Amino acid sequence: MGVAAIKEYAFEPADRLENFHGNQLLYIGWDQHLLFCAPFCLPLPPAMRFGDIIDKVLPGVFGYHPDFAKIDWSKVVWLKSGQPWQADFNKSLAELGLKHKDVLRFRTPGLDGIKGSAS
Amino acid sequence: MDMKVSKKKLGLKEKYQHMTRGLGWETTYQSMDEVFPYAKYEGIKIHDWEKWEDPFRLTMDAYWKYQAEKERKLYAIIDAYAQNNGHLSVTDARYINAVKLFLNGISPLEYMAHRGFAHAGRQFPGVGPRVACLMQSLDEIRHAQTQIHSLSNYNKYYNGFHEYRHMLERVWYLSVPRSFFDDAYTAGPFEFMVAIGFSFEYVLTNLLFVPFVSGAAYNGDMGTMTFGFSAQSDEARHMTLGLEVIKFILEQDPDNLPIVQQWIDKWTWRGYRVLTLVGMMMDYMLPKRIMSWKEAWEVYFEENGGALFKDLARYGIRPPKWLDQIEQDKDHISHQAWGTFYNYAAACNFHTWIPTDDELDWLSQKYPNSFDKYYRPRLEFWREEAKKGNRFYNKTLPMLCQTCQIPMIFTEPGDPTQICYREVDYKDNKYHFCSDGCKEIFEHEPEKYIQAWLPVHQIYQGNCFNEGVDPTAEGFDPLAAVLDYYHLNFGRDNLDFEGSEDQRNFEAWRGMATKNT
Ligand SMILES: [Fe+2]
Ligand SMILES: [Fe+2]
Repeated sequence: MGVAAIKEYAFEPADRLENFHGNQLLYIGWDQHLLFCAPFCLPLPPAMRFGDIIDKVLPGVFGYHPDFAKIDWSKVVWLKSGQPWQADFNKSLAELGLKHKDVLRFRTPGLDGIKGSAS
Repeated sequence: MDMKVSKKKLGLKEKYQHMTRGLGWETTYQSMDEVFPYAKYEGIKIHDWEKWEDPFRLTMDAYWKYQAEKERKLYAIIDAYAQNNGHLSVTDARYINAVKLFLNGISPLEYMAHRGFAHAGRQFPGVGPRVACLMQSLDEIRHAQTQIHSLSNYNKYYNGFHEYRHMLERVWYLSVPRSFFDDAYTAGPFEFMVAIGFSFEYVLTNLLFVPFVSGAAYNGDMGTMTFGFSAQSDEARHMTLGLEVIKFILEQDPDNLPIVQQWIDKWTWRGYRVLTLVGMMMDYMLPKRIMSWKEAWEVYFEENGGALFKDLARYGIRPPKWLDQIEQDKDHISHQAWGTFYNYAAACNFHTWIPTDDELDWLSQKYPNSFDKYYRPRLEFWREEAKKGNRFYNKTLPMLCQTCQIPMIFTEPGDPTQICYREVDYKDNKYHFCSDGCKEIFEHEPEKYIQAWLPVHQIYQGNCFNEGVDPTAEGFDPLAAVLDYYHLNFGRDNLDFEGSEDQRNFEAWRGMATKNT
């Protein structure tokens, strides 16, 4: 039983892919950098190159942090749904198998936030 | 033969009997099941509604008399407060933001409680609980009204009060209290009573009202203090009703226990999450502090709640789930919440700020295990940047929890450096949660929560712009369009307290009231 109800209750989910005008949602969080209070939610076209997200989208999202400019992207550790994940900057979201509402986290060893406080 | 008319006035007990139990009957034109369609689907089994014990034996006429007296006193004080420019006697203008939070986030819940108790009262086949719910329903609308009346005085002078009703259904952070009550209100009458009557009113209400009311008193706000005390005076009756409901349900049938336990787990967690807002208010928004969130939690939840659940053990009820996590969280959630509103201050209808030095020291002292290590560096960095004219305004929308709708700001139990991520795959879609509690609540009723109106997703779907706005137009500014849709005035209602119109006005008016310039 998916819900307690007096009669049949079944509807489409409010956030299905079709509702986002050709975009899919990608969540992205920077571990141990909690100056950004929560991970972000980005609507992106599935054909977008992953490298373009790093170069063109993320600076506007995370650029306020003094650690951001110091990131060596070749050393970044990626996690998808908490599991190790291999990024490829030349592939698109779709080619990388990233689906609607997938969540990525990245870790930047050696950069641990304002005064080492994970901020 | 003439009817015999008794001259004797009814005794209290007889009167109660006639004016409550005497009002019910077994229907015959329609089946009882059709007249009370919500009474059975939740799986709760009631065999004898007559076993309901009404602890107050209050009848409607006595209720009116009693409440009318309270209203007279309340409005006399509120009028005097308004006429004497009471708003200028609060500690400092930052305090007023706590009141904004109350009017926007809490008062509408009073109104929803009114609707919820009216609904539950209509749907219970037993007369005793029906009358009790009716009275609580009236209490709740009284709370909503007295709060709106008292706080309307602030609306004359300060920003952010003007559209609480409109904003409740739109502004991102207000979806947290709103969805909490919508969840309860759309449940059946028994779950509603366990959710609001018991878990909220009995277990958590002191954490809401005592800090707000004594916070108001400490900070010179007689208006808020007065409606707070007036609402508190109904609370004894509400708490007794909440407890009576649990005991009654559990005594009726052993099959009810697991259902009630699941509701207690769910609603303690849901309520606890909403109270994050109160924690933040206590630790950051009262210029004159009363006690820390952590201290309040220890007194009102750990001690009082502990005793309550010991008492309920004889019915087979165990304390709510996830208490071990809650225990660790008390060092963190108020700071995480304030950081969140500081991040999104551009999209908010109240102001935020960095605490003063002595306030930072107070926080260090109250939170020796967490504040200096994790939160002070963050706040001091923001303060430095703000001094350089680089005040942080986060402009990217956050990821939200599907259940509580709070941005994913909470950290892993045991690791305050790591955001807690949980997810579930359900029917080809992914859903994300802030905690095990929110995840498990979803898994119990996924069809309900996949319908959640998550503000961030709604914005991206294009549902949060005014009619006629074209998001594909050249130079379209999504933030400005969303704030328009919220009816939020940019530069007046939002942004930092420092430099705000509220700050300037308060200073000027207080100057006029206390100086001769
Ligand atoms: Fe109330
Ligand atoms: Fe949650």
